[in-house]
Amino acid sequence: MSMAEAQSNVPGISDEVAISITGMNKWYGDFHVLRDIDLTVQRGERIVICGPSGSGKSTLIRCINALEEHQKGEIVVDGTLLSSDLKNIDKIRSEVGMCFQHFNLFPHLTILENCTLAPIWVRKMPKKEAEEIAMHYLEKVKIPDQANKYPGQLSGGQQQRVAIARSLCMRPRIMLFDEPTSALDPEMIKEVLDTMVSLAEDGMTMLCVTHEMGFARQVANRVIFMDAGQIVEQNEPEEFFNNPKSDRTQLFLSQILGH
Amino acid sequence: MSDTHANTVAFVRETQIPQSPPPATERGIVKWLRENMFSSVLNSILSLLSIFFIFMLIKDLGPWFWNSTWNAENLAECRELNSGACFAVINERWPQFFFGFYPAEERWRPVLAFLLLFPALAPVLFDKAPRALLVVTLLFPFVAYWLIWGGSIAFPLAVLLGFVLAFVIWKALAKTQPTIALIVSVLVLVLYQLVVGGAGLVENILMGILGNPEDGPALLAFEEVESRNIGGFLLTLILGITSISLALPIGILLALGRQSDLIIIKYICVGFIEFIRGVPLITLLFVANVLLAYFLPPGTTFDLILRVVIMVTAFAAAYLAEVVRGGLAALPRGQYEAADSLGLDYWQAMQLIILPQALKISIPGIVNVFIGLFKDTVLVSIISMYDPLGIVQPILADSDWNGILWELYGFVALFFFIFCYAMSQYSRYLEQKLRTDHR
Ligand SMILES: Nc1ncnc2c1ncn2[C@@H]1O[C@H](COP(=O)(O)OP(=O)(O)O)[C@@H](O)[C@H]1O
Ligand SMILES: [Mg+2]
Repeated sequence: MSMAEAQSNVPGISDEVAISITGMNKWYGDFHVLRDIDLTVQRGERIVICGPSGSGKSTLIRCINALEEHQKGEIVVDGTLLSSDLKNIDKIRSEVGMCFQHFNLFPHLTILENCTLAPIWVRKMPKKEAEEIAMHYLEKVKIPDQANKYPGQLSGGQQQRVAIARSLCMRPRIMLFDEPTSALDPEMIKEVLDTMVSLAEDGMTMLCVTHEMGFARQVANRVIFMDAGQIVEQNEPEEFFNNPKSDRTQLFLSQILGH
Repeated sequence: MSDTHANTVAFVRETQIPQSPPPATERGIVKWLRENMFSSVLNSILSLLSIFFIFMLIKDLGPWFWNSTWNAENLAECRELNSGACFAVINERWPQFFFGFYPAEERWRPVLAFLLLFPALAPVLFDKAPRALLVVTLLFPFVAYWLIWGGSIAFPLAVLLGFVLAFVIWKALAKTQPTIALIVSVLVLVLYQLVVGGAGLVENILMGILGNPEDGPALLAFEEVESRNIGGFLLTLILGITSISLALPIGILLALGRQSDLIIIKYICVGFIEFIRGVPLITLLFVANVLLAYFLPPGTTFDLILRVVIMVTAFAAAYLAEVVRGGLAALPRGQYEAADSLGLDYWQAMQLIILPQALKISIPGIVNVFIGLFKDTVLVSIISMYDPLGIVQPILADSDWNGILWELYGFVALFFFIFCYAMSQYSRYLEQKLRTDHR
């Protein structure tokens, strides 16, 4: 799995397709929230998705692990077609990690239990092995000393890092992030971004909804701009920021970078 | 400080100020009294009034207890002997209060069952208790049934076998098909109990081995005691404990069913909850007593206590379902999504993530329903079962004890208070233990 890639510091993009979305449409009732989305993600690619609030960014990445159902088109994750078949959904979910804006840690479990829960119950891993893996990833996100505390005792930044570690414990091949830093105080944003950068350096395939443009410049291979449920523009970060083609992108960038 | 500042801004401390005790008014009992009883004029007045009230209460009630009589033949003798309460009536009638009309020489059996209740409850209530005791918990219902109602052990054993069978089937299927496993094992259980088990095949086979107590001496058989002879606190505890332990899982399943995407299950649950909540418990008890007999095929013996347990359970389960639903609704959607995104299936998510949190929020409400249920069991006295209040009635009419009131109802109240207070204390302990948010 990705452990082999973890050895090298140069993140490479392989030809292998990690996610392929073709002609995907989604409606909330009559509201056409995603329109004709086409997107292919290679293994090892790091994609940043941005766009105004309500443009469907969250909905898009939530469709990838079936937290939302799409009504038309195809989503193939890691070679598995996402259909209403529960087996496929469970398979995809155990291969795809997700971090939420509000962390969504389990408040009644300790940090360690948060991290070992899914490996033990979904992967049927022995408890001891699961704990070793959990400690490994907690060290990676630099909070091994908090392992026996409860989420409520941690700062927001620490909680988000635990959430990342919790996902990593399932050894996912793809990570999805939905605005992981937008609920955090400024001084905590950096610690979470650092964790994500180091994840990118390990060659993880990442799809990241964020407005942290510094992060996008540093690690993204591609930036995608969404508006009104459509992909409006996508490009390499330098081109995207320095030379946006569409008016809507220009307007959006001027709004978030303008001050 | 302000002086120092007035003179010069720069300041360096050169001597350490030694520790000293707080002033006398800020110490010990004086501080406590000042803070808790006399913190303002109004509070002082209220405190004094309360103290006066408590004093008056003790002044009037105290002598009633101190001058009470425990040994007397009747009320008149009591009044002659002393001026206070006449507890002699309880001294004379306590077996009825505790056991109803349970045969005197067999009373050790319910007592033993009661004692076994403690090791059976321990692993459920306290996670420090050894897990091995769970075996006692699982066997307790069958042993207790056998002890209290007597007869051959064949019947409880046959029923137990059905549960074991259902469990084995569930275990075999649960890994691959959790939902189907649950449905199949429940079906197997129901079919087994109604068609083959219980009074049927297995019991007869076991009877063949052990001997039938109706035909002569048999192994592992007690004298049978009929349900209508069981009464008093024993009846209250049987009804209360059985109904509580059945109502909680059923209530949880109803609450989950009510949230379900499966439309038929959802409406069955909603219909059940709304119907039961819309009907007074007394009506249900009358149904249990009279109407069920009409609906069931003639000749079916359907134990009276069992009927009441079913009705009380249904009643409590409907209320619990709504309490638990409140807890479920209070959980943020993110918890469900996090569980989903980690790949947990529905039952795992419920068992590991959702229910522990939802039930924790609902503890006060759940215990509220439990306490209500426990006290509502006295309603069975209106369908002529001898719960503690049903025991009081004939004593009131007895010419020996005519006119006695406080002692009897006080005694019954004390019993209920002990159990209800224990439940309320346990719920507070549990809430405290499960607090993980801010400590
Ligand atoms: N569960 C839902 N039901 C109906 N409308 C929704 C739901 N979730 C999101 N929406 C709508 O879909 C649009 C896209 O939402 P979202 O993907 O969260 O946007 P973004 O993450 O880009 O801010 C918004 O207009 C939002 O109001
Ligand atoms: Mg969003």
